Amino acid sequence: MSDQFPEPSFGVEHDSSGGSSLVTGHSSLELPGGSHVTAVHDPFHGDLLEVSMGPHHPSTHGVFRMMVTLDGETIVKLKPVFGYLHRNHEKLGENTTYLSSMPYTDRLDYLNSMTNNWAYALAVEKLAGQPVPERAEYLRVILAELTRLLNHTCLAGFLLQDTGASGTPLMYAFREREKILDLFESLSGSRMMCNYQRFGGCRVDATPEWLAAATQLTDGYNEFLDEYEALITGNEILMARTQDVGVLKPDLAVSAGITGPMLRASGVNYDLRKVDGYGIYPRFEFRIPLGDHGDTYDRYMIRVLEMRESIKILRQALRAIPAGPILDPKAKIRGFRPKPGEAYGRIEGPKGEIGFYLISDGSPNPYRYRVRPPSFINLTILEDMCLGQTIADAVIILGSVDIVLGEVDR
Amino acid sequence: MFIRVHLWLTKMLGSGLIQGLAVTAKNLVGSFHDPLRFTTLEYPEQQPKLPENYRNFPFLVTENAGDPMGTLRCVACQICEKECPPQCIYIEKSKDKKPDATGRMQIYPAVFDIDTSVCMSCQICVEVCPFDAIKMDQVFEIATTDRFSALLLRREQLAKPNEYYHSIHPTEATEVDARLAAERKVAEEKAKAAAAAKATAPKPAANAAVAGLAEAGRPGPATPATKPIPAPTPPQPASSNPAQPPAAPSAEAENSPPAAA
Repeated sequence: MSDQFPEPSFGVEHDSSGGSSLVTGHSSLELPGGSHVTAVHDPFHGDLLEVSMGPHHPSTHGVFRMMVTLDGETIVKLKPVFGYLHRNHEKLGENTTYLSSMPYTDRLDYLNSMTNNWAYALAVEKLAGQPVPERAEYLRVILAELTRLLNHTCLAGFLLQDTGASGTPLMYAFREREKILDLFESLSGSRMMCNYQRFGGCRVDATPEWLAAATQLTDGYNEFLDEYEALITGNEILMARTQDVGVLKPDLAVSAGITGPMLRASGVNYDLRKVDGYGIYPRFEFRIPLGDHGDTYDRYMIRVLEMRESIKILRQALRAIPAGPILDPKAKIRGFRPKPGEAYGRIEGPKGEIGFYLISDGSPNPYRYRVRPPSFINLTILEDMCLGQTIADAVIILGSVDIVLGEVDR
Repeated sequence: MFIRVHLWLTKMLGSGLIQGLAVTAKNLVGSFHDPLRFTTLEYPEQQPKLPENYRNFPFLVTENAGDPMGTLRCVACQICEKECPPQCIYIEKSKDKKPDATGRMQIYPAVFDIDTSVCMSCQICVEVCPFDAIKMDQVFEIATTDRFSALLLRREQLAKPNEYYHSIHPTEATEVDARLAAERKVAEEKAKAAAAAKATAPKPAANAAVAGLAEAGRPGPATPATKPIPAPTPPQPASSNPAQPPAAPSAEAENSPPAAA
C-alpha cells in the first residue's frame, strides 16, 4: 500500500525503521483498565488517524476544537484547542469602571448570567466592605437556584442531544428553561443578559406577582423532573452509552482543581454553599448529592439530584423572603472608588466555583481583574477522561463536562 | 447518594424505552390542549406580550410632544457617554442655550448619537443619568438592509415623548414623574425662600428646603442615595411665577439666570 500511495501526513510521527511503529510520546500508552494501545504500521491495521473535531461542529457546544488521534475508533490522544471566542474580557475589566464590567460578566457564561453577576458583586462588596440588605440576599439565592435549575435542565437536554436523541428531550428541557427565562425577563428586563446584581443589592425589586409566579414554577418543577427522568434516566440506550464512560477518579479530580457537579460526581464532598456558606445559604436545609463512580451517567444523575435540592432551597427562600429595601442606602452607583486592596469573591455556580479576583488601587477602574472560570478549569481534564474511549464517547464526555465557550475563552 | 448498577441488565430489557415513549406520547397529546405543553407563538402574526420591565435600546425622553427637540430632558452632561460600557454614545454639547421644559435655560445636545449595532441594552446609561433623560425602549423589530446609517440612531430618531414612556413602562414612568414634580416643587420653594431671604435678613429656610429635598429622593428600587439633585434654581426676582406650567417656556424664563448642569 505504501508503495503505491504517498504516506499520509496526519501530524503523527511514525517510526520509519519498519516493524511496529509507535506514536511519539505515547510509545507505551496504558489506558484506564490496564489495556495498552500499540500503534501499528502495517497494511492490515492502518495508521493512526488525526481527526479535527470542530471548531464548527454541532457536538462541541460552541467554537471548540478537539484534535483527536485515533487508533481505529479508540482515542489515544486528545488535544483541546480553544480561544476562538476570546474577547479580551479581563483586560476590558481593567479599563472600564467597576459598574461597567457588570454587563460584561453576563457574557461569560451566558446561560448563567445571574450567578456570574452575583460572584462579581460579591468580590466588589468584599473589596469595598459593602453590606447587602436582607431582601436582596434572599433574591440572590432565589435567582441563583433558578439559574441552577436552568443550567442543569439545559445540560440534561444537551447530553441527550449528544448521545443522538436529536430533538425531543432537548426541546422538553428548553420548554422548561424558557419558563425560567420568562421569569428573568419580567424581573430584570432581559432573558439572558440580566445585568441584575449591584454592589450592595439588586437593581429591581420583585413584585408579589413575580414571587407568586416563581413559587408556581418551583412547585411544578418536580413534576417536570419526574417526567423527564421517566423519559431518559431508565433508558437502556442512555445507560449503555454513559455508564463507565469517561471515568474521573477523585484524586485526579482534586489535583486538577475540578469543582462543581463534576467533582461531586466523583464522590468528593465539596460544595461552596456548605464550605464557604456565603450569602445566607447556612439558613437553608439542603443536602449535597454525591456520585459513586465518576462516570458520565453519574454526572448526569448528580445534576438531576441537585435540581431537586435546589427546589427545596427555593421553597424555603420563597416562603421566608422578608420585605425591605433591596439596595443598601450607602451603595454608590456613580463615582464608585473602593479603597486600595484586594479581594477574591467566589460562589458555587451551576458549573463549579466561579470567582473574581480584584485588586483596587483606589481609582474608578480595578487595577487587576481576574476571572476564575469553572468551565475552563473543568475542561483541562478532558483528555484524561477520553483516553481509551471511542470518538462517539468523546462527544458525550465533553457534553457532561458542561462547558460554555464564552467562559472558557473569555 | 444513589445506587448505580447496570440496571438495564437486571430489569426487563426495553421497559425504559417503553416508559420514555409513553412520556413522548403524553407530550404529543398534551400539546393540543395543554397550554403548559404548547408554549410556542406564531410570531409575525401573533405578537409577544412583553413584560413591563423588558428593555431594548435607549431613547431620549421629551417633555413636550409638539416640540420634541426643544424640550429634551437631556442637558448633554455626557455622564452616560463616559459610563457606557461599549462606548456607543456620542454627544456634542450645544454652544447656545434653550429653555427646557421648566423654562430654565439649558445646554442641550447638539448631537446625540447611539450606535445600536454596538449597544448591548445593558441599561447602565439609564441608571447613571441624573436627569431621567434617557430611558429604555422596547423595540426589537429593527432589522434593516443598511448596516451603517440605519443602525446609527440620531437625536431626532431617539427623541420620544413622555407619553410613549408611560405607554411602555407605566409604573416606572409614574414614579419618575412624581419624583421630578417633587424635585421641581422643592426647587421652587427653595428659590422662593432664597428670594425672601434676599429681601429680608438671612433665614434658615433654605436649610429646611434642603431637608425636604432629601426626603423627596428617589423612592424606586434603583435608588442611588448619591443621585444628585438637579441644580436648584438660583435666586430669582420675586416677580417670577413659581406656579409656571412645566411645558410652557415664557419670556420671564429668559431673564432667569441659567442653572449649571
